[in-house]
Amino acid sequence: MASASVALGGINANAVSAHDTAAPAYHDDVIRAGMIATVFWGVVGFLMGNVIASQLAFPAMNLGLEWTSFGRLRPVHTSAVIFAFGGNAMIAASFYIVQRTCRTPLFLGSLGAWCVFWGYQIFILLAASGYVLGITSGKEYAEPEWYVDLWLTLVWVLYLVVFAGTLMLRREPHIYVANWFILAFIVTVAMLHIGNNIQVPVSFLGWKSYTVPGGVQDAMIQWWYGHNAVGFFLTAAFLGMMYYFIPKAANRPVYSYRLSIVHFWSLIFLYIWAGPHHLHYTSLPDWAQTLGMTFSIMLWMPSWGGMINGLMTLSGAWDKLRTDPSLRFSVTALAFYGMSTFEGPMMSIKAVNALSHYTDWTVGHVHSGAMGWVGFITFGMLYWLVPQLWGRAGLYSQRLANWHFWIATLGIVFYITSMWVSGIMQGLMWRAYDEYGFLQYSFSESVAAMHPFYVIRLLGGLLYLVGALIMAYNLWKTVTSVAPVRAATATA
Amino acid sequence: MAFSHAILEKNVVLLAVATLITVAIGGLVQIVPLFTIEQTIERVEGVRPYSPLELAGRNIYVREGCYVCHSQQVRPFRDEIERYGHYSLAAESMYDHPFQWGSKRNGPDLARVGGKYSDAWHVAHLINPRAVVPESIMPAYAFMATRPLAYADIGEHLRTLKIIGVPYSDEMVANAKADLEAQKNPDADTGALLKRYPKAVVSEFAGPAGQVTEMDALVAYLQMLGTLVDFRNVKPEQLRQ
Repeated sequence: MASASVALGGINANAVSAHDTAAPAYHDDVIRAGMIATVFWGVVGFLMGNVIASQLAFPAMNLGLEWTSFGRLRPVHTSAVIFAFGGNAMIAASFYIVQRTCRTPLFLGSLGAWCVFWGYQIFILLAASGYVLGITSGKEYAEPEWYVDLWLTLVWVLYLVVFAGTLMLRREPHIYVANWFILAFIVTVAMLHIGNNIQVPVSFLGWKSYTVPGGVQDAMIQWWYGHNAVGFFLTAAFLGMMYYFIPKAANRPVYSYRLSIVHFWSLIFLYIWAGPHHLHYTSLPDWAQTLGMTFSIMLWMPSWGGMINGLMTLSGAWDKLRTDPSLRFSVTALAFYGMSTFEGPMMSIKAVNALSHYTDWTVGHVHSGAMGWVGFITFGMLYWLVPQLWGRAGLYSQRLANWHFWIATLGIVFYITSMWVSGIMQGLMWRAYDEYGFLQYSFSESVAAMHPFYVIRLLGGLLYLVGALIMAYNLWKTVTSVAPVRAATATA
Repeated sequence: MAFSHAILEKNVVLLAVATLITVAIGGLVQIVPLFTIEQTIERVEGVRPYSPLELAGRNIYVREGCYVCHSQQVRPFRDEIERYGHYSLAAESMYDHPFQWGSKRNGPDLARVGGKYSDAWHVAHLINPRAVVPESIMPAYAFMATRPLAYADIGEHLRTLKIIGVPYSDEMVANAKADLEAQKNPDADTGALLKRYPKAVVSEFAGPAGQVTEMDALVAYLQMLGTLVDFRNVKPEQLRQ
């Protein structure tokens, strides 16, 4: 173990000192395209979030048209932020990381990577256009119909081939820790995607299909998928991003090699079991619910293992938080990650879940993870990587990046606090009894009581969107008007 | 010899296979027994496959994403049972492909909404929710009232569900179109329909007999939700999972 630790430290030192060594000709065009796609889909996804948030506060915003109703646009928002924004960020980050940490260009070259990139954009467009037209398989976060699922399967297999092939061609003895997480993300998402989309189309010329499992089995498979879309798409993958970009930006090696091994294997093993906490007190048999709760609570520890390993990597480099907006976003992301991975296990306890389930509390929890962790770790990467990729000396404006940071943070605070209040209030109103032993509130009274909090949530979402627009402008100006640096161009 | 993690760090195939095994275990333990343990689905009577019109309505429910705001799952709590009715059974959604239990209640649970309101109430509510519930934040679905239901291929839908295990008989598949039209027409001879689909509600739903609209199908679906099991005849041991 000790010798391996030294070896891994060696890799990390190499990764950190990549500026100084002669680098092979990496395929970076597709990564630059990935940066643009990430910012574009991020803005689209946040905008859609604001649209549907406004519909819950002001139902007239549904416009009375079938294509713009909440039911059809909500999947557009969730898919745009998870799969389009998060997916593009991860594909680009993984292509960047795997080339640097293996010191070799991508397997299958530029063409393979471009096929993954454009294949993935086609998947996004096929899925989103379907939602607006009412083409959906009716399963949360797995709404694309059978023909889109087949297309994504092809693209994903190619992605695995490019990524794993590059790992095989590596010119380093060890596979760097970031790549373990990214490989686990690609392999597990493939398993989940196929497992949750076993469907029989009514006709091969039509879009409609029926899922093969039904009822309680379909529910279990759906949340096995749904929870691990969070666990692997939004957590393991972005931990891989964290394990490369935080050490790079801080110019420090990863804090603990041993901790990274322990929390990697325990995280991926435990996460898969947590799905049934989405089905507490439903018709799912109790034994499955209890397993889901137990493993969800255990999941707290490996989650914090990742947070601690990331935060402690900054030992000796904390002063950079004052000057480096990229690190400030990444570190705040870890703080939100730590918070939501404590809140999640707490909400998985059945007695808590009895109150929180079906309410806005869940929505707030998801958004502290999505906006705080996934969003901020990605913004941190973008602020560091865009100048590198385009060979610029630095960001166009540190000031604007700081504005983005504070506006977005304030937005998240508005968002999650309003959802805590409305969620707990909803749960309490539904179960409240009056002095005569009757239910105290009708359902519609609980809906009316939510209105002010839905307005505050919308304000939070708008701030987050404004922050992202500031970032888009800042990055655009970085590419177009900051003077190029020759040395950086060589490594980029 | 002690295990060294370096073995996995130096071999992509080993690392990927070890990862796949690690992530496969939890799912296998939780999913496979649901197919093999017989009591997973309670042994109650009355649950039947959806009639063709109900199925068409359910497909509209899925299409519009109703599940993002409405659950179909009453939990075994005093307040939910008083508000919505008997807690939901796995048996009641055994023919649901996909399941629509939902995860969020922006609106109330619908697992037992069948029969609680009149057809006219549902039609008015779907056309303009705030006309009947002023606090409602539901989108309006007025377009359904005039749009003809596309049901030429309804037999194919039943046939597809039969392939994946829903007990539709050949007779049900063959008569799917006629059954769909009969359920919308109170003057029709509905004996065969009711024999195939006991408790099916025959009504004009959203408008006069003749043309079948999307609104008719959706209301037919809503009006049967949670009505199939007669809980007066269910004994506690039948509910054991």
